Amino acid sequence: MNYLDELENISVHILREAYANFKNLGMLWSMGKDSTVLLWLTRKAFFGHVPFPLIHIDTRYKIPEMITYRDELVRQWHLPMIVGINEDALAAKTTYPDGQTDRLTCCRLLKTEALTATINGTGIRYKFNHTTGAYEREQNPQPFHGIIAGARADEEGSRSKERYFSPRDTRNEWDVGDQPPEFWNQFKTDFAPGTNVRVHPLLDWTELNIWEYIERENIPTVALYYNHGDGKRYRSLGCYPCTFPVESDARTVPEIVAELRSGKFARVAERSGRAQDAEDGGVWKPCGGMDTCNEEAHHREIKHRIRRARGSRQEHRHRAPAGRYRCPAGR
Amino acid sequence: MPFEYAFLIDALKDERRQNITIDSARVFFQSKRRNYIIIDAPGHVEFVKNMVTGAARAEAALLVIDAEEGIQENSLRHGNLLSMLSIRQMVVLINKMDLVNFNQARFEEIRRDYGDFLAKVGLEPAAFIPVSARLGDNISKRSDSMPWYQGPTVLEALDSFEKEKVLEERPFRMPVQDVYRFTSFGDNRRIVAGTVLTGQAKVGDEIIFQPSGKRSRIASLEAYSSPDLNSIHAGQAAGFTLDQQVYVKRGEMAARADETLPGVTRRLRVSLFWLGKESLVLKKHYVIKLGSARTHFRVERILRVMEASSLEDESGRRHVGRYEMAECLLALDHPLAVDPADFLMDTSRFVIVDGYEIRGGGIVLEALPDSETDLRLGVRQRDAHWILSDVNRQERAARFNQRPGLVIITGHKGIGRKRLACALESELFSRGRYVYYLGMGSVVYGVDADIHGRLGSKTRHEHIRRMAEIAHILNDAGMILIITAVEITSADLNIIHTILDPTSILTVWVGSNSGGEEPYDFHLEGELDMDTAVPLIVRKLQEDGFIPE
Repeated sequence: MNYLDELENISVHILREAYANFKNLGMLWSMGKDSTVLLWLTRKAFFGHVPFPLIHIDTRYKIPEMITYRDELVRQWHLPMIVGINEDALAAKTTYPDGQTDRLTCCRLLKTEALTATINGTGIRYKFNHTTGAYEREQNPQPFHGIIAGARADEEGSRSKERYFSPRDTRNEWDVGDQPPEFWNQFKTDFAPGTNVRVHPLLDWTELNIWEYIERENIPTVALYYNHGDGKRYRSLGCYPCTFPVESDARTVPEIVAELRSGKFARVAERSGRAQDAEDGGVWKPCGGMDTCNEEAHHREIKHRIRRARGSRQEHRHRAPAGRYRCPAGR
Repeated sequence: MPFEYAFLIDALKDERRQNITIDSARVFFQSKRRNYIIIDAPGHVEFVKNMVTGAARAEAALLVIDAEEGIQENSLRHGNLLSMLSIRQMVVLINKMDLVNFNQARFEEIRRDYGDFLAKVGLEPAAFIPVSARLGDNISKRSDSMPWYQGPTVLEALDSFEKEKVLEERPFRMPVQDVYRFTSFGDNRRIVAGTVLTGQAKVGDEIIFQPSGKRSRIASLEAYSSPDLNSIHAGQAAGFTLDQQVYVKRGEMAARADETLPGVTRRLRVSLFWLGKESLVLKKHYVIKLGSARTHFRVERILRVMEASSLEDESGRRHVGRYEMAECLLALDHPLAVDPADFLMDTSRFVIVDGYEIRGGGIVLEALPDSETDLRLGVRQRDAHWILSDVNRQERAARFNQRPGLVIITGHKGIGRKRLACALESELFSRGRYVYYLGMGSVVYGVDADIHGRLGSKTRHEHIRRMAEIAHILNDAGMILIITAVEITSADLNIIHTILDPTSILTVWVGSNSGGEEPYDFHLEGELDMDTAVPLIVRKLQEDGFIPE
């Protein structure tokens, strides 16, 4: 059993524990590399099936390529998909791209608050109907008691202290100073009413492990992760007004693995391409992470990149599964 | 990425800046030999639960002692905990040697005293290494300041640790996490899923599920998008199908019939540590989680409490305080499949839940006999010698379109148990079910005619045992049996649950229940009304899959 096998087995075990212990369980899928690996592991854990809904918090500012990718996989893998949106904030235009708030407030409204409302069932949720092939407003949405998420311990300081099963209080907040003990594969699975739990099956994985596993398992990923000839690629995906690519020549998964092994990014935070994660909350600066020098140019650049990515996405996606793979239904 | 001792230093420097580490944190690095996750576990006594969280998942430990401060009470507590967590591979680092002028005598003094202590708790470190984490001495490079030290560097010691290989050679154990039957995409597999803790198994192996004792053979090994499997082995999150459909659930332990089986009992002698603010006390109900199983228990006796600092034994205690370790006898509500720690560590480990929180953990030292031990041995003999006919269980279940089972109707005298049993039998019979009502009186003067004294306390055990054996035969014949009994007790149910499959029993209590115990699955409160009571039980039988909707 090699190291990736070990990581895979631990994650599968945790996914099965979560499924056995929580009645209303959901999994956050942002279409990024981590949560897509998590989705792949889920299909391994449940022998080709995904027995709980995937949840995407759509800010309506996601890079469009991500949404296309999402809905293609939803159809192809027949995934149960729920999309949560803060439509009030979007209607009131209290967003950063509308110029009415700063980045952090925008994130709080479109992501944090949307997520809380999606989890507790008070927000607007859309569910993919596989018969009609369209999203439909969910009637009577129920609260989730358990949420599986793709957090990794190496992402940043506080995440290195996360638990596999991490309680959130009634306000959906994490008390890092007083976490439950967790040992011998026994997790906190008993919860007071009103609280919910985050489950983190990927805590022990590093960014490099994720890419090594994507390579080994041939997992389809969004084309934005690769350099399409202009010497740039995304290392982390988010909303297009606030996400920047990094300088990189890596055009394929093996090249990304080699790039990470070389230590090129050892001192650069993985999410540094996300403006809202910067210490100053991502106040716009000319040339902020990019060689274009104003915001308008930045948006132009993004649109340009999306077009390029679309043009060449076939080379990285939908590669035919190798012969040793088996689908339970023989599809 | 080449290894740099800076990784290790950074963690320690950070700790120094904050003075204490509050929670365990993961730090990743690679050496030429392998990948490492360093779990930086806090030392402070208030954070023992975080230390345990970090240390319990480690395969090896670096125990750090400050050369200036010397051996502290916490050094002893940690040694003790490592011993209980059974982390056998360890190295002791005597750190901050720069602060004691790299003095060899100081190093030797700590090494001697701490080595003596560790020997007492059964630990033998691979090395004692004098280091200066800040300067990097003896971390990855040999120290120029301590030419008197000839042993390995920290990195050399880490790289010399070996993975435990013996796990695969031990008897097969897999706690059943779940039995999956996902019907989408036309999938009709019924997959028993779980992580293999020890040993290995392959297609054709006969599996025994404990505590129920059910047997079947592995028909196929299942995995999604993985190379075809020839066997499953320790560490694998596995899945298999069975050739004979037996009804198993989460909580059972899968073992191989041709290997040593786990013990099954309701009484355990354990060694445990307690993390709760409130002491662990006698008589109170707690929950024990072992493998995928969980059941309530009470502490029957506290045999001794170990003082962390002195390792002195204290006997006659009635509670176990926070951060104390103790040897106790536990009385469980339902039997568990366990192994003693000196035989199989992985299936001896448990945690204790109080309220909503994990408040303690420990290892099973001994599976003690309980009141059903003899009965269990008898049942195992019975099952091993049971003569199978050419018509199997599934065929009978399919013919009668039902899952065989036992409905026990109980309650205080004169509440109308027999009327309800007759009404339920009539209803099920009219629905085409293969059902029979057997009254206690029908047994007492026939099958039980040799037992003198009717349902007195001394003979009750034997009456119940025979009734359960009759039910076992009729269930095997595919029938749903209804019986009535006055005020059934937990002791009665322990007998019945040992003889029969516990998942095939529905116990219905009729009327008020003032006994304090709640030995039933279903309570029909208030005045008995057949028009509401019968449909309620029918509904419950449908929900539990005994009869079709």
